[in-house]
Amino acid sequence: MPDQTEQRDGAALVTGGSRGIGAAIVRRLAADGWAVGIGYHAGADAADALVAEVEADGGRAVALGGDIVAPETLDSHFSTLEETYGTVLVLVNNAGVTADGLSPQLKDEEWSTVIDTNLTAAFRAIRRAIPPMLRARRGRIVNISSVVGLRANPGQANYAASKAGLIGMTKTVAAEVARRGVTVNAVAPGFIATEMTAELTGDLLAHIPARRLGTPEEVAAVVRFLVSDEASYVTGATLTVDGGISA
Amino acid sequence: MATATPEAVEARVVEALASFGPDADQVTREATFEELDIDSLDLVELAQIVEDDYGVELKGDDMKSLKTVGDAIDLVVARAQ
Repeated sequence: MPDQTEQRDGAALVTGGSRGIGAAIVRRLAADGWAVGIGYHAGADAADALVAEVEADGGRAVALGGDIVAPETLDSHFSTLEETYGTVLVLVNNAGVTADGLSPQLKDEEWSTVIDTNLTAAFRAIRRAIPPMLRARRGRIVNISSVVGLRANPGQANYAASKAGLIGMTKTVAAEVARRGVTVNAVAPGFIATEMTAELTGDLLAHIPARRLGTPEEVAAVVRFLVSDEASYVTGATLTVDGGISA
Repeated sequence: MATATPEAVEARVVEALASFGPDADQVTREATFEELDIDSLDLVELAQIVEDDYGVELKGDDMKSLKTVGDAIDLVVARAQ
């Protein structure tokens, strides 16, 4: 645990890091010695509590508030981390929202808010993150996609488009920067027990080969691997963490 | 922010390019990026350095037309005016 773990140089940024899968990723990276920026929009209390928890365990974290749809918010997150800890060498684009509805009834606003948060903000974060990573000749970018980006889920055309978009973006950016030791991968969780899936019940489990929801920690473990030095030759990949639902 | 005199820009660009691999004495105004084995990502890094030092923003289309070290120096100097 952190007491025995060597502190890593530089910093990690996890957007949407105060709750759910993001919080599990924050805990995991902090335990591995990373100074972690916890991006959050709503819920400063949760972010502050997570900082306190990480610090109590001997790790380093800072809460970074704001709506990442506004470009200046992301830039401010990066600048804060750079001034405090040095180059941001790990970026986890985890922030995501849903605004569900069958396609004929999806409003423009429901479309754009999901695309802006889940896809466009992730691209802007990547664009901001890459130049320092190129100079450092190392870096890890992990985009949290979804199994919904791989297979149909009626009622989520906007979410599916954003998550499939992340996978396409992951592959191309990975190819652009691979020769500089920077890897870019996607993780596609299935149904994970978080607030986002709290209302899903009924016969859903019957469709999951594992017959249960996943845990945020099970997703964080895969992110941890992709961020690790051991994953240096894995890039442009999408790893599913879904109990077999996309198999 | 540094003043973008032609001499200063040339020295900075040559220094930056040399840091990407080639020997500094190979990085002449006439040398092409191809000869120097400077790739498109190197030029992205160069653009970032130039923006940080001189406030000159070079976009993808600007970079595509650059063939030689001199092209890059001239473009930065012209844009900084």
